[in-house]
Amino acid sequence: MACVLVLVDHAGGTPKKATLELLCAARVLGEPAAVVAGAPGTAAALADALAAGGAETIYVAESADMDDYVVAPKVDVLASLIESESPAAVLIAAGVDGKEIAGRLAVRTGSGFLADIVDLDAGGVATQSIFGGSIVVRSRVRAGTPIFAVRPNAFSATDRAGAGTLRTVDVVVGDTSKGARITDRVVEEKGDRPELTEASVVVSGGRGVGSAEQFSLIESLADALGGAVGASRAATDAGWYPHQNQVGQTGVTVSPQLYLAVGISGAIQHRAGMQTSKTIVAINKDAEAPIFELADFGVVGDLFAVVPQLIEEIGKRR
Amino acid sequence: MNIVVLVKQVPDTWSERTLRSDDNTVDRAAADAVVNEMDEHGVEAALALKEAHGGEVTVVSMGPERTAETIRKALAMGVDKAVHICDDALHGSCAVSTSAALAAAIGTLAYDVVICGTEASDARVGAMGGMLSERLGVPALTSARSIVADGSTVRIERQTDDGYEVVEATTPLVISVIEKINEPRYPSFKGIMAAKKKQLSTLSLADLGIEADSVGLAGATSEVIEFSTAPPRGKGEVVPDDGTGGARIAGFLAAAKII
Ligand SMILES: Cc1cc2nc3c(=O)[nH]c(=O)nc-3n(C[C@H](O)[C@H](O)[C@H](O)COP(=O)(O)OP(=O)(O)OC[C@H]3O[C@@H](n4cnc5c(N)ncnc54)[C@H](O)[C@@H]3O)c2cc1C
Repeated sequence: MACVLVLVDHAGGTPKKATLELLCAARVLGEPAAVVAGAPGTAAALADALAAGGAETIYVAESADMDDYVVAPKVDVLASLIESESPAAVLIAAGVDGKEIAGRLAVRTGSGFLADIVDLDAGGVATQSIFGGSIVVRSRVRAGTPIFAVRPNAFSATDRAGAGTLRTVDVVVGDTSKGARITDRVVEEKGDRPELTEASVVVSGGRGVGSAEQFSLIESLADALGGAVGASRAATDAGWYPHQNQVGQTGVTVSPQLYLAVGISGAIQHRAGMQTSKTIVAINKDAEAPIFELADFGVVGDLFAVVPQLIEEIGKRR
Repeated sequence: MNIVVLVKQVPDTWSERTLRSDDNTVDRAAADAVVNEMDEHGVEAALALKEAHGGEVTVVSMGPERTAETIRKALAMGVDKAVHICDDALHGSCAVSTSAALAAAIGTLAYDVVICGTEASDARVGAMGGMLSERLGVPALTSARSIVADGSTVRIERQTDDGYEVVEATTPLVISVIEKINEPRYPSFKGIMAAKKKQLSTLSLADLGIEADSVGLAGATSEVIEFSTAPPRGKGEVVPDDGTGGARIAGFLAAAKII
């Protein structure tokens, strides 16, 4: 059976949840093979977790170049594996880096790619949710090796383990892949909260929250639920919360178990980023707010009364 | 510093957007057409670089005839001249072949910097900067939320999932911008009048030396098999807060086994 390459995302010596989901999605099309493209020493720490997550093979492509330059060295690794292993497909998590890698790899290898897919069948047909979640399309790649950028939380990880056989890859990073040098990395806030795109609970605040200070109420609710904090564009434009937390058309797309929208009207461009959430709960003082059309449960009321009570009730149920 | 800035005409996100039932491509007639928002920020970034470092800004856009409206807007904002890639055979092109056509057109121009939006609001592929980097063989500074140019070195803050990276490269290069980078200017009356006299050249696939069957629906690297309207989400219970709103949400979450 042909292998399916899964590009590994990792942080602090553990594979990200999205990567474990991809290993599971890979089984649909073939034999999951994890690709670790990182600085020397990266793979050793990840190997057990990747095998437990289903990787039959773990390709180890280590070089300092992986961390020093924006994505292109990883494209070199994947392109050489496509050449040598003839995989059935390549799966990459659909984040900022993932989409860039997918697009570059498609050009490099004469392949087609599909961005932000939410489902995949054994025939290689992918499902995407487009136009703010209003249309569902099923598409297929017609050229080269299919490359899929997969939305986090679209697949659930399983505990079906793989052999996890380690194989070292000779890394050859071309000069043109060393054009964009990373000179500094800055992590802004977040604390101990889960990553927004991977979190199973997302609590988002909008214009109704009123100020940067009052966003601490949204943070408290997120913490009570073990979730991540999101924000509408009105809130990020106002500078109340960082842009990387923006959910929607020009922010991130999330698909958590629970999305709690607080003081958010539910404009189409916001819905574009949260429509595929499993359960949606809304708190808004305007009964006509469009967010209620999507909500599985909604409370029409003042968030400054409803949220503190909700936090207290969650505490009581612990 | 000579700059090429890419713009795309897209269906307005406020309109009812759908696909065409005959060939599964974007139904451009069904919705109002606007300039892709991030591209307006790209035009602003290009004009700001020109104002600081001199040179000329050329807008390049690919799309049907109607795309001229979008090009005129960029010219009215202050872009110097325009190239419109227009050919019926491009209809239904995928992102990968679109990048080939754009790269071919950019290749006819002398440039130090190519600027595009990080993502278009219709297809949301979000990879054009990287794809152009591959095709042109120059570095890409993607997802830029700020740009500083110092001689031939360009440095950006690159938005990441948890903060930003400082990334630098030397020209020639590609930059993709996000909408938080700047506030696009409005075209002035003078700008709108001046735009009418600016040079707009139209290039066909033959002009670019591209085979018609390598682009469009015929050459697309991926295809839409079918599409449907998303099933409406079950409208849930919405209750007024009678003083127990928070508790009722907690009850709902507990019943759903979320807490
Ligand atoms: C091209 C484009 C891209 C865009 N991309 C995005 C995007 O990525 N993400 C995004 O979010 N938006 C995006 N937008 C903007 C979008 O159109 C809306 O303007 C935005 O989502 C509004 O944010 P909001 O719901 O917080 O604010 P508003 O629409 O102003 O809604 C605030 C809500 O809070 C409620 N409220 C106020 N006070 C209280 C209170 N005390 N208690 C309870 N409720 C209260 C009000 O009733 C209201 O419904 C985009 C727009 C365009 C044109």
